[in-house]
Amino acid sequence: MALLFSEILPIHAEGDIVSVRRRVREFASSLGFTLVDQTKVVTAASELARNTMIYGGGGSMRAEALNGPRTGLRLTFEDNGPGIPDIELALRDGFTTGSGLGLGLGGAKRLVSEFEVSSRVGEGTRVTITRWK
Amino acid sequence: MEKIPILRMGNFLLVTIQVDMHDRLAMALQEDLTQMISDTEARGVLIDISSLEIVDSFIGRMLGNIAAMSRVLDAETVVVGMQPAVAITLVELGLSLAGVRTALNVDAGMELLKTAV
Repeated sequence: MALLFSEILPIHAEGDIVSVRRRVREFASSLGFTLVDQTKVVTAASELARNTMIYGGGGSMRAEALNGPRTGLRLTFEDNGPGIPDIELALRDGFTTGSGLGLGLGGAKRLVSEFEVSSRVGEGTRVTITRWK
Repeated sequence: MEKIPILRMGNFLLVTIQVDMHDRLAMALQEDLTQMISDTEARGVLIDISSLEIVDSFIGRMLGNIAAMSRVLDAETVVVGMQPAVAITLVELGLSLAGVRTALNVDAGMELLKTAV
């Protein structure tokens, strides 16, 4: 699997969520994703970037374009926040500890091909999503 | 701070969202609209989202809130112009915008408002 490019974007302010959306759109479009697939991955990135900011207290997103047997876009969101004590519960629709709809994590999962979340309480959370073309 | 302009046309308020919405802008729109409905005694609100490239759960919630708040203030809301890719993504995300009237374009939305109020 060859790595076409890799880039890290900060997520510390609200404006960064908009920057993440724009950049992910550019990546997905440059990889030749269909409009629907672009929209799905940008929406998933928007949800996860907001989680990183609100629940993780800020962090970053790494974007990697993968090229091998398949072309794909992998996005890794990392923060050093309080972590998620019960990931299964956090993935459930409607569950939230904030003021949102509780659709962010589970919703993002439905919009991508692969989804991985690892979290340690008191240390932080990492969510990796991949959308294959 | 940038703001989303709200136009008044007779009994109706028209909003065209043409910028990439960040969360605070969405919150401000919610407050500005409810204030303006109350000030102008508007009976309908039309929100054109044809320029929006995504609607995530936050923006979706804002649209739902605006519809609910307008209803409480005796005004109807219709959201028009959603791009097909946005509609597909929104439903897969888990949001169906229940309680929000929608129409394909501004013309259809205005017709809907006229018959609703």
